[in-house]
Amino acid sequence: MAEPDTKSRRPTSPHLWIYRWTITMATSIIHRLTGLALGLGALLLTWWLLAAASGPDAFAVVHLFVTSWVGRLVLFGFTWALSFHLLNGIRHLAWDTGWGFELKTATATGWTVVILSVLITLLAWVIGYHMLGAY
Amino acid sequence: MSIRTPLGKVRGLGAAKNGTAHWWMQRLTAIALVPLGIWLLASLVALVGADHATVVAWLNRPVPAILMILLVTAGFYHLKLGLQVVIEDYIGAESSKLVLLVLVNFACIALGFACVFAVLKIAFGS
Repeated sequence: MAEPDTKSRRPTSPHLWIYRWTITMATSIIHRLTGLALGLGALLLTWWLLAAASGPDAFAVVHLFVTSWVGRLVLFGFTWALSFHLLNGIRHLAWDTGWGFELKTATATGWTVVILSVLITLLAWVIGYHMLGAY
Repeated sequence: MSIRTPLGKVRGLGAAKNGTAHWWMQRLTAIALVPLGIWLLASLVALVGADHATVVAWLNRPVPAILMILLVTAGFYHLKLGLQVVIEDYIGAESSKLVLLVLVNFACIALGFACVFAVLKIAFGS
């Protein structure tokens, strides 16, 4: 008796990209992407902590990287990734309690998270540049 | 439709055999990471441009040292759980999935312990 061909005849869902983008869809995939990005951010944090523990010479190398233009761009990205993932994480925790599933609410909280994450990132960098004068 | 009772199902702890442990730990670490993440962002902003001596003096104090250890512990645990879901979602082949899961677990544990060691060395060092 032949085995049923389950691999090729399996019904597939319509391809994701045929749908019009909605904010709920976008925040969902961005949450996963920012999570992956923060994994790379954790590597930078580890490098920073190990360098601080190793001594001034090792620390100077990290300092040179994070103050370079590439470093600043990377850190700016991590600032936004952390802000977004944290805010959208709170949104997920609210969903876990059963709150916020109505389409109107989910759309509103989605936009709130996007806008707030950008504002927090900009605020952090404005304050950060002011701190540069402090040392 | 299954004729098994809800109790019978939950006793088997589902297909993954660990029940809601993964889901629960992801939420638990997420809740911890909300205040810890805000603290990290605020601390890093305050430390912009800081030299080695300033960073060491900061991590030498008990509260920043303890919060940093809590952050990296909860953070790497949360990262391990998150990456596990991503791998389980997108990697089809059983062998590559297994290899990646082992690598992610090892990496998160090794990096997490490295961070804790670094903080403790600074905190107890000078």
